[in-house]
Amino acid sequence: MAEWDTRESTMSVALRFGMLLLVTALTVLVLEWSFGFMRSEDAPRLLVAVVALAVGVCGIWILYWILNDWVSYIPFRRLREKILPFVFLGPALTLLFVYLVYPAVNTIYISFLDKKSDNFVGLENYQFIFTEPDILVAFRNNAVWLVLVTSVCVGLGLVVAVLVDRIKLESLAKSLVFVPVAISTVGASVIWRFMYAFQPAGRPQFGLLNAAVVALGGEPTGWFLRPPFNNLALIVIMVWLQTGFCMVVLSAAIKNVPGELLEAARIDGANELHVFFQVTVPYIRGTIITVTTTVIMAVLKVFDIVYVMTRGNYATEVIANRMFLEMYRFGHFGRGSALAVIIFLAVAPAIVINLRNLRQRSL
Amino acid sequence: MKVHDSEVDRYALRSALSGTTLRATIAIICFIWTLPTVGLFVSSFRSASAIRISGWWTAFETPFEFTQWTLENYAQVITSVGLGNALVNSLIVTIPATAIPITIAAFAAYAFAWMDFPGRELFFTIVVALTVAPIQMALIPVLRLHVASNLNGTFLGVWLAHTGFGIPMAVYLLYNFISQIPRDLIEAASIDGASHFQTFTTLVLRVSVPALASFAVFQFIWVWNDLIVALVFLGTRSSVATVTAALSELIGSRGQDWHLLTAGGFVSIILPMVVFFSLQRFFVRGILAGSVKG
Repeated sequence: MAEWDTRESTMSVALRFGMLLLVTALTVLVLEWSFGFMRSEDAPRLLVAVVALAVGVCGIWILYWILNDWVSYIPFRRLREKILPFVFLGPALTLLFVYLVYPAVNTIYISFLDKKSDNFVGLENYQFIFTEPDILVAFRNNAVWLVLVTSVCVGLGLVVAVLVDRIKLESLAKSLVFVPVAISTVGASVIWRFMYAFQPAGRPQFGLLNAAVVALGGEPTGWFLRPPFNNLALIVIMVWLQTGFCMVVLSAAIKNVPGELLEAARIDGANELHVFFQVTVPYIRGTIITVTTTVIMAVLKVFDIVYVMTRGNYATEVIANRMFLEMYRFGHFGRGSALAVIIFLAVAPAIVINLRNLRQRSL
Repeated sequence: MKVHDSEVDRYALRSALSGTTLRATIAIICFIWTLPTVGLFVSSFRSASAIRISGWWTAFETPFEFTQWTLENYAQVITSVGLGNALVNSLIVTIPATAIPITIAAFAAYAFAWMDFPGRELFFTIVVALTVAPIQMALIPVLRLHVASNLNGTFLGVWLAHTGFGIPMAVYLLYNFISQIPRDLIEAASIDGASHFQTFTTLVLRVSVPALASFAVFQFIWVWNDLIVALVFLGTRSSVATVTAALSELIGSRGQDWHLLTAGGFVSIILPMVVFFSLQRFFVRGILAGSVKG
């Protein structure tokens, strides 16, 4: 009886293994077909999307399940436990290396090669970048963006966060300031292009800003044509987009300041301004630093606003847009890569800070 | 005593005043922040000529004169300009580019949180370092890779790109949540004989729904609003161009056709706005947890 049992279970194991083989073979076939299908130009787009969703969600699950099942047939428990984590991690690590680690190393390498990456040119691309007047303008503009966007966003975000904390309609007010965070930079560009719209003097001004200027007796201005106002006009858009983010994060931090601390300071006779600068701000210092870093990084990578509004003309160039231009319009991959490396170096301190925080927390 | 009274009065007066100034300040800021979007919205319903003749704010003088409102701009921008087509493309890009990274990152986050393997700290360090890596660093090599493997200009390519670029943040956010699940729960499942795979699918995913939702909302809005990945890896052909790419083309080619731009602008922001307002709770949580996104 017992013998029969084992035989039965051996048979069922064999059966299950056979099933696994079948499912694996089927999955490989289906995946291969679907990759070809998704790549094809003439397939109907909606069908491609449905296939993608099916493969992207169900397919990945089946893949994990199959791999997991294969691993479960490995006879040695120790070996099984060694391999299983890499089944869970495999797809993530693969994509990480293909899409981020390898490209980053490759970009550094390409930055030392010529236009089409044929010959080694040493530091020539970097030399060009740091001498070309147009690109130097981009560096200057990025510096202005960094200072203005960061200080206004964080400052205004902090002020609004403190102020709305004391009114009844807090969540409404916060939502209104926060809405632009969900708006794309392209959408925001349309919105602000309309605000800044310019008609020659004498014609009706339908752009709100020029209408206001004319109503106050001034001359209508083409905001994007005249440096340095055009840079400020672009910076305003970024501030409009980012302030809500700063406000929400800072507001969450302010709510964590213990009420007793504030009360104690008030009883000691401190006025509200003192309480703010001597209790609230030091208490949320960490959050202020985080928010500032985030905005700085967003500004370093700013591309869409300039690309959509001015394409970098009229001395409004920034590094990320220039990188895109070098790559797309001029087809100069060496210079494009060198600019990417410079953006990367500018962001690097934030990476170091993140890693240091991680080490403090320890895994 | 008298002095004291007047002091109290003065205090009350001052706080009442500051209450008014406070409310006024907030009202002004909210007004300024909302005005540009309202202008776009109102104008998108006015005729092409009306937009050029008078400012959109003048429409409020006679808001009930319904002849001035029209849906013609939307009809035109969605059909003949082709933004309807671009909307479909954006959905095709965004939904898989949200669903795929969540799945892959959740598995990875579980491995980092609850499995032991060589190189765990090293790999996690790489993940954290890459959360802020600028996308520019990857554009040229990935583009070449895509060209070499026929992925350039395909939806498959852009899904993979968005997944690759989104994974560090997704793993980091989900790890923060999954690693906080009480050890007792995980161990209880393991004692009951559950494998890692079963623990993950039946227990961990279920309790992680809030974190998964936060990341989903976050990634959805991120991908929908993206321009650079769409431009580089898909391009601006009408069969693949996303809403952001199509709109940026429209600005370039018909920059003075405000009836089209305003309607087009509104079409492009309406879906993230709806997602944002209906799932604001999750979005804010995602923002708070992921305030280092690159």
